[in-house]
Amino acid sequence: MAVYSSITELIGNTPIIDVSHLSPNPDVRILAKLEGQNPAGSVKDRIALAMIEAAEASGELVPGRTIIEPSSGNTGIALAMLAGLRGYKIKIVLPENVTPERRQVLEAFGAEIISSPGAEGSNGAVRMAQALSEANPEWVFLYQYGNEANPTAHYETTGPEILADVPDITHFVAGLGTSGTLMGVGTYLKEAKPEVKLFAVEPPSGERVEGLRSLDDGYVPPVFDKWGGLDLLDGKRIVRPAESIEWTRRLITDCGIFAGLSSGAALAGAVKVAARHDAAVDGPAVIVFVVCDGAWKYLSTGAYTSPLADVVENLGDTIYF
Amino acid sequence: MSITVRLPTVLRPQANGQSTVKVEGSNVGEVVNSLVAAYPGLQSNLLDDSGSVRKFVNIYINDEDIRFLDKLQTPVSEGDEVAILPAVAGG
Repeated sequence: MAVYSSITELIGNTPIIDVSHLSPNPDVRILAKLEGQNPAGSVKDRIALAMIEAAEASGELVPGRTIIEPSSGNTGIALAMLAGLRGYKIKIVLPENVTPERRQVLEAFGAEIISSPGAEGSNGAVRMAQALSEANPEWVFLYQYGNEANPTAHYETTGPEILADVPDITHFVAGLGTSGTLMGVGTYLKEAKPEVKLFAVEPPSGERVEGLRSLDDGYVPPVFDKWGGLDLLDGKRIVRPAESIEWTRRLITDCGIFAGLSSGAALAGAVKVAARHDAAVDGPAVIVFVVCDGAWKYLSTGAYTSPLADVVENLGDTIYF
Repeated sequence: MSITVRLPTVLRPQANGQSTVKVEGSNVGEVVNSLVAAYPGLQSNLLDDSGSVRKFVNIYINDEDIRFLDKLQTPVSEGDEVAILPAVAGG
């Protein structure tokens, strides 16, 4: 084993594990890319490093300056880890209804948390960060939703890793979120293998966000539109909390993968794609989906151990993507 | 054909506070038309002046985004559920 000089060298090159025993179709393999193996615990380590390095290269970010970013957790945690290493102050705008674990991890890495109204969900955090960065132009607003370094990081690292490990990939399934993973990986895969299909999964968050005044308060990330968005994708579906939790639990009990809740949603999407795949027409399929992070930050929701009906009821008010 | 439509919190005030409503239609477009006929306050929220689904509105049939099916022409059948959701950020 090599000895590394910085934790940042451990970002990326995550393993892929075969979980085909969960596939409903014997002609379809399902493979999980374990992004929770990144040092700050999620896929967001990649974009945090890329966004910081891009801001350093442009001269905008120099030691002593303050970063501000809206995040429901993972991006904030990854940025806070890197900010601490590189001498930046960091403020994370975090919806107040995320799990307490996320707040604690952020604080442990030295971030200052600015709470945004839980009723406004992630959209409210984005709006608040935008307003704060306008009021404080000396702060560096990385803005993951519109930062080219976000999809570019996936285009340059995640995508090539997947194709190198799984040259026979036919489908890629991931959560939508900022859309950086799907746009970056998807663009790379389609350039290399145009027949690869891309599927997005989403939680039904918009159903319960109380603070939206109208549907015009909805939010489509600039990254999504700029990188082809709907034209790049082959399908998009919502996965409801009960299904996300059931498949997350299967990842743990049947595969030993201690996965976060969005991973169960991605797996649920992969299973749907597998069930519908007709190998007699299209040949065998190999689906890669992303396990974004581990279960640690979601344990307090009860999603891993409480009766399913109770969890579904409680999760209605918690942001878990 | 009677189709269940799930409405997000933000639209419920325009539908007498209901979270689900039942309307008639044989495709998603007809379902949307029945919906706005019954609850006219929803029209401007869902459709633009040309009758297309607005950008921040996602319509799903049995949890699949209709933009990847046949859009408003997507057929529906008894027991299907149409969900209307605003686009929400993640990350």
